[in-house]
Amino acid sequence: MWARVVRLGFWSWGSWRRGFTSKADPQGSGRVTAEVIEHLERLALVDFGSQEAVARLEKAIAFADRLRAVDTDGVEPMESVLEDRCLYLRSDSVVEGNCAEELLQNAHRVVEEYFVAPPGNISLSKQDEQEPFSHN
Amino acid sequence: MAAPMLRWCCLGRRWVLACVDSGSRHGRGAAIGFTSSRKRGQSSVAQQPLITAQKSRKGEHKWAAVVGLEIHAQISSNSKLFSGSQVRFAAPPNSLVSFFDASLPGTLPVLNRRCVEAAVMTGLALSCRINKKSLFDRKHYFYADLPAGYQITQQRLPIAVNGSLAYSVCAGKKPSQVISKTVRIKQIQLEQDSGKSLHDELRSQTLIDLNRAGVGLLEVVLEPDMSCGEEAATAVRELQLILQALGTSRANMAEGQLRVDANISVHHPGEPLGVRTEVKNLNSARFLAKAIDSEIERQIHELENGREILNETRSFDYKLGCTMPMRDKEGKQDYRFMPEPNLPPLLLYDTASLPPGADPQQVINIDWIRERLPDLPSETREKLIQQYGMLPEHSFALLNEVGLLEFFQNVIKETRAEPKKVTSWVLNIFLGFLKQQNLAVNESPVTPTALAELLNLLDRKAISSSAAKQVFEELWRSKGKTPSQIVSEKQLELMQDEEALERVCHTVMEGHPQVVMDMKRGNSRAINKLIGLVRKATLSRADPTVIKEILEKKLSS
Repeated sequence: MWARVVRLGFWSWGSWRRGFTSKADPQGSGRVTAEVIEHLERLALVDFGSQEAVARLEKAIAFADRLRAVDTDGVEPMESVLEDRCLYLRSDSVVEGNCAEELLQNAHRVVEEYFVAPPGNISLSKQDEQEPFSHN
Repeated sequence: MAAPMLRWCCLGRRWVLACVDSGSRHGRGAAIGFTSSRKRGQSSVAQQPLITAQKSRKGEHKWAAVVGLEIHAQISSNSKLFSGSQVRFAAPPNSLVSFFDASLPGTLPVLNRRCVEAAVMTGLALSCRINKKSLFDRKHYFYADLPAGYQITQQRLPIAVNGSLAYSVCAGKKPSQVISKTVRIKQIQLEQDSGKSLHDELRSQTLIDLNRAGVGLLEVVLEPDMSCGEEAATAVRELQLILQALGTSRANMAEGQLRVDANISVHHPGEPLGVRTEVKNLNSARFLAKAIDSEIERQIHELENGREILNETRSFDYKLGCTMPMRDKEGKQDYRFMPEPNLPPLLLYDTASLPPGADPQQVINIDWIRERLPDLPSETREKLIQQYGMLPEHSFALLNEVGLLEFFQNVIKETRAEPKKVTSWVLNIFLGFLKQQNLAVNESPVTPTALAELLNLLDRKAISSSAAKQVFEELWRSKGKTPSQIVSEKQLELMQDEEALERVCHTVMEGHPQVVMDMKRGNSRAINKLIGLVRKATLSRADPTVIKEILEKKLSS
């Protein structure tokens, strides 16, 4: 049972990760290439910032990669841990909303009743213009 | 040489699409990132019209264009797909937002039953197979109007698959030459809409309104079975009519309730399909066909000049009349799809599989919905043709305008006039007046009752058809008057007194002996001149057929 759950949780993680790390280490010493870090930073608009953060990520991956040792051959994958539960259906009535004031309290900047965001997505500057992460 | 001249089958009058909406959406809320990850089916496509690039440098080249569509229709519901906040157009910013819609921590999605029913209904109307089990997935992308950083959609197993949409295009100049076509529907999936972004370039900031965030969408994916803008626009129009007939979406393009992305490529017939581009956010019916045709033309032009087509996302600039590359996406997106952990599989039932003793509020019975499907536009047209002997193009025209069919049916109910007469009056005169003043049917100053009464007067020959037109104009101008009032005020009723008419005929004949002589010598056209003179003398209040009878009687005596 557990094996089924576990495999699924890492389904998407594994699928993209394989694409990047296959040549470096197929079975997880947990090293993450500078290339992958840059890709993640671009997608998530998150700056990993320091080599310490990268090291922490690598440790987390190494920890999770132990799950790969579990033999799941012949085990049917689950859709979700909730797959046998009923999906509750709500009736189509309006019971929420009208709380712009409360929501906007979370915002860094507000114009009238709008949230203010930077124009478009700001892409991070190229890897080599930043402080380099040395992985080699 | 300039862009090659195009010649293809689907040029012609676009009557199916006449007057759908006025204007496009302003550059608001371009919902980027809605590309589905589907691969184009490589199956061969029937009935591809050939596009001939005339006088090409390399001799005669034939091109075939392939067009597939992804259509997003906002579900017409009171509340959003996964939250209880209201769905409404043009509300004050961020007033229709729940904590879930704003992605506050600790909130969970709760599925709206109405949205599921709308998807099933739409799937059934489009002859889809309804999946009794479908799944929700997260599609990740980062954009300020998507606060969760992902959209809940149905990537792996959508609610409906393998349907078809039939539509008709004009074959030639005559509207009666209609060709029926079918486009396959790959799938229909339930998903969340994003919020809207208002770009303030001046202050270099983006204003975010989350009122639309989380509204239920039906993404309808059409296979690339179309081959020009006309076909695509007509298919979209038919889908729009179907959604409106079902009530599953208001499908008003001007309010962004129906949004179209087109995948377009060109190739030589018999060769593999070309590289495709995606033209995003075709949010105006008026520009849909034009955008697609201009992209086809551009691709042919590029290829004929030895250049390549890039697999890119483009948008249509309606001022320039051509497509432009969109800059905001670099390289391939990585949506990192994953199963939505907070929603178990969506299970649907039919009468046979319905679990006994199930809470009726918690189960959806596909058969129950199927039994309650309303007439689809194609069925309504067929009924009009059967019931009233109407021409197919007239049935199309009646359905093409919101409220026009109802107006027509109300007139029919109250008048003794022939259906053909009613059809002609509603489509030619009534619709003509509406178009001229840019009014909707419900804004018309003439009521169905008034038109019915007018047609009754015409039917029992109380007035001539030219007088009827005069009465109609008067009805349009002066609200509240009845046709009979106008007829008596303006003295438009036909002369019923045959003796008086005979006297007029007699006077006219005496006044024009030359014409009478011509007639007697066998000039058959001369009688028309006499009829005209008599009508003039009666201020057009006499029935020409009666005049003719009287004149003929007098001449032969």
